[in-house]
Amino acid sequence: MASTRAVLIWGALAVAVIVPVAIAAHSPLLAWRSPVYIAAGLAGVVAMTLVLFQPLLVGGYLPGLPRPRGRRLHRWVGAALVTAVALHVAGLWLTSPPDVIDALLFVSPTPFSAWGVIAMWTVFAAASLAALRRRLRLRPRVWRLGHTALVMVVVLGSVVHALLIEGTMGTVSKVVLCALILAVTVKVLLDLRTWALLARSWR
Amino acid sequence: MTREHATRRAFLATGAAAVATLATAASGLLVPARAQGLAPTPSMRGGANNYLPGAPIVERIGGGGFWMTGSVRRAGDGAPLQGVRIQIWAHTTEGHERDPHSHGATLTDAQGRFRLEMPQIVPAFGQPHGHLAYDDAAFETVFLRPVMPSSRDTSLSADFVLQPA
Repeated sequence: MASTRAVLIWGALAVAVIVPVAIAAHSPLLAWRSPVYIAAGLAGVVAMTLVLFQPLLVGGYLPGLPRPRGRRLHRWVGAALVTAVALHVAGLWLTSPPDVIDALLFVSPTPFSAWGVIAMWTVFAAASLAALRRRLRLRPRVWRLGHTALVMVVVLGSVVHALLIEGTMGTVSKVVLCALILAVTVKVLLDLRTWALLARSWR
Repeated sequence: MTREHATRRAFLATGAAAVATLATAASGLLVPARAQGLAPTPSMRGGANNYLPGAPIVERIGGGGFWMTGSVRRAGDGAPLQGVRIQIWAHTTEGHERDPHSHGATLTDAQGRFRLEMPQIVPAFGQPHGHLAYDDAAFETVFLRPVMPSSRDTSLSADFVLQPA
């Protein structure tokens, strides 16, 4: 029974991740884009799928990856996510520098740009906090609340960013992926009771 | 001998005249005086992105199939402006915005209208949109960036009201 459940969970996750990437990789828009622009767009799609893995790993929800092992993988996926976001922005910059500069300066005509830039800075901040956690000697409470707050902005920002864009992603697979990201993030927040840290007095 | 008391027709006529006077007075309060005239079109955010000054006047950009249309009028009196050069560029089925062959220009006719055939615009940077520029000496420069309501549209229009320089 346990193995059936494992197969179902991993199978569903594979579908949720592979389908949006495959649809984006076969978008008719690609015919009119340069390789750099195509890579930049796909890096964004891959980044969205990595965002889905993060709460699953940290919550230990994936069969075969209970919390300690899941947490270790969470760090690697986090590094991959930062890399994907960096490639996404760098590729877009090469494709059309003024559009990316507008976005970074929050003067873009497209509303989704601001959400994307907010998600980018908060994912960089969440990853930096994780990388410098020991060196900064962060109190566990400060670390967890900080990382959680930043990550909530990352999730919200990247979901709104993705939904508002008319790009290579298929509408249905994009909405499903975004809904899964939101659902799993809310579940892990509830399960790990992060907010309890706000109420608890300092020890 | 004329009748002193008001007839129904006279009453209606007077009433209508009074209403008309009031309406005129009210509209004078609501609508700015005609002499104030037509306000100039402001440049849009991102309108100047990937602009290449001095696009050549062309019969059409690339293979065509998509129409960019619009009008050019003078601020103030709204007079149509003839022979004004409008530069147009977009991400299309034939090239990126930055590619020189994605750029072209056309001139307005006697009614101040312009119309340039170009390749189909496709969504780029998240929206199907075009770019237009007025960038010559006689009037102040204006950059527009209209967005297509649907990426299946085969035309897009943009109107300029130019402020004399």
